[in-house]
Amino acid sequence: MSNKKLGINDFVRDTEEHPYEKDLSKISPVDKKSMIETGVDVSEKGRAGTFIQLDHSVVHAASLQKGLEVMNISDALKKYDWLKDYWWKAVAKDSDEFTVLADKESRNGYFIRALPGIKASYPIQSCLFLKKQDLLQNVHNLIIAEEGSELNIITGCTTASYVKKGAHIGISEFFIKKNATVKFTMIHNWAEEVMVRPRSKAIVEEGGTFLSNYVCLKPVHSLQMYPTAVLVGEGAVARFNSILYAHSGSHIDVGSRVILSKPNTKAEIIARAVTSGGTIVSRGHLKGEAPFIKAHLECRGLILSSDRVILAIPELEGKGKDLEMSHEAAVGKIAKEEIEYLMTRGLSSEEAQAVIVRGFMDTTILGLPQELQKNIDDLVKSCQEEAM
Amino acid sequence: MLSIENLHIEVSGKKILNGVNLNIRKGEMSVMFGQNGSGKTSLVMAIMGFPEYRITEGKIILNGKVINDLSIDERARLGIGILFQRPPTVRGVKMRQMVELASKTSQRKFDMGKMAEKLNMKEFLDRDLNLGFSGGEMKRSELLQLAAQSPELLLLDEPESGVDLENIALIGDVINKLLSKEKSALIITHTGHILDYVNAGKGCVLENKKIQCVGSPHDILMRIRKYGYKGCLSCHRKEPEKVREESNKKNVK
Repeated sequence: MSNKKLGINDFVRDTEEHPYEKDLSKISPVDKKSMIETGVDVSEKGRAGTFIQLDHSVVHAASLQKGLEVMNISDALKKYDWLKDYWWKAVAKDSDEFTVLADKESRNGYFIRALPGIKASYPIQSCLFLKKQDLLQNVHNLIIAEEGSELNIITGCTTASYVKKGAHIGISEFFIKKNATVKFTMIHNWAEEVMVRPRSKAIVEEGGTFLSNYVCLKPVHSLQMYPTAVLVGEGAVARFNSILYAHSGSHIDVGSRVILSKPNTKAEIIARAVTSGGTIVSRGHLKGEAPFIKAHLECRGLILSSDRVILAIPELEGKGKDLEMSHEAAVGKIAKEEIEYLMTRGLSSEEAQAVIVRGFMDTTILGLPQELQKNIDDLVKSCQEEAM
Repeated sequence: MLSIENLHIEVSGKKILNGVNLNIRKGEMSVMFGQNGSGKTSLVMAIMGFPEYRITEGKIILNGKVINDLSIDERARLGIGILFQRPPTVRGVKMRQMVELASKTSQRKFDMGKMAEKLNMKEFLDRDLNLGFSGGEMKRSELLQLAAQSPELLLLDEPESGVDLENIALIGDVINKLLSKEKSALIITHTGHILDYVNAGKGCVLENKKIQCVGSPHDILMRIRKYGYKGCLSCHRKEPEKVREESNKKNVK
């Protein structure tokens, strides 16, 4: 696998449009299969809405529950003039070359909104799908949970099975109003030569909750992101969980940051990183700016190959007194005593290691619906078999 | 079932056992006494095949086959099972999963729910293996896994340590149930409390890197309680009956 450095100019920007598809059953079986691996089920069983974007084209966007909106962001911006009060208001458009490019020429993305007091009975699913080889997909998403609402979003980003090279820039801005909750689960299934640069920020108001799960288990060329939650209202909560697996040739640099700027806010960051051949930089940053906040960061890394690197960088930044902030980080190999313990129950050394690695990437920390949990467990199993 | 001949064990170049001989017949439950640090755990670890317990001389024979060179899992599949005194924590691996894996080794149907209920471990099935378990919970977790694994030879390393009285009775009851007529066990203890609850037929004492005496486990325990382990080193000169007589006389006084 190549470790060649890729930049935004190494990809094509334009491709043909794909037609809108009202009937999801007409999605090709091959694409369906790729989607299901990221938790996106076109049967829409147990889903409150679906958004699918192939390359630059939104091919489906519809809500199945009253009070929930699922739209192409381009349509939403035309429909709601007030959206300009949210557009680029969480993420700064001049943050880096990727946000600058997104500002200049982003192509669609999703708009998901729950009206005040509306509680989504099922998750809304979204899929950003790279179908054209060498394409740079550039989307801008906006998620608004109005006061007292609850949203559960599963978003899967993936490529067609034949796409080996491409790029994905995704700006995601979350606005979580007073006492609203957003549970956001993102599953990335990219390919060996795909460069991925998501840029996300959540603004969480008083009593609001933002739960973010991130899973990346398949090969990727390079992935760099540092999603941030800013707790701007008293009693707001943010939690980030991530499960990362770096295959040979993958460079993964993923962090999570929470800025606790009001009293009685809480944050937790949990990361599990495993490398069988790639490099992982696992970052975490908790910034406490107000009294009576509580924040914890936990990062565990497992190195399965003797010459690989996991760099864990946990940062705690406290300002003022009455803060309760802590972190724990551990990086190492599988403990011999654990392998031998499992062997006493009849497992071979290889089987024991596989069970321990799967356990290490404990997907129950994500608190997912049972069906999606099973999808991810299958994915963990298959990625591990591939790696071993 | 198990025959150990002139076994010498080293750990990190240090001699731990020096010529141990031991026989456990099919269907026999044998209890091994010994002070802390006498090498009892090292012996069971060597029988189980842990590579750091290096055999420098002698043989471990299971059902007529020398197993010195077999790996841990090969020995497990031949029917040896171990209850650890202090099992490691395995984060993310759930107890339910471990019990399922252990029952695959035995290739027998196993009613996990029923046994978990008997051992008061039902609510632990979806917890990480041994994470935050108390001493008693660890032992009950080990027994649940062993019940699923259903080994022919059970090596039980201090099954009563860290367990409260109520649970010792439960553990003793389950051990007795695991040992059908066909199965054998070696129970390591330094307090002997477990003897009140299990039907052990044979006892021995490990001291100074060797087995020092063999006899009725209750008699041996009586001697140890009367004379201490030091006195036990010379106890082989005394007949068990004589010790019992002396003990009775003392009680009459």
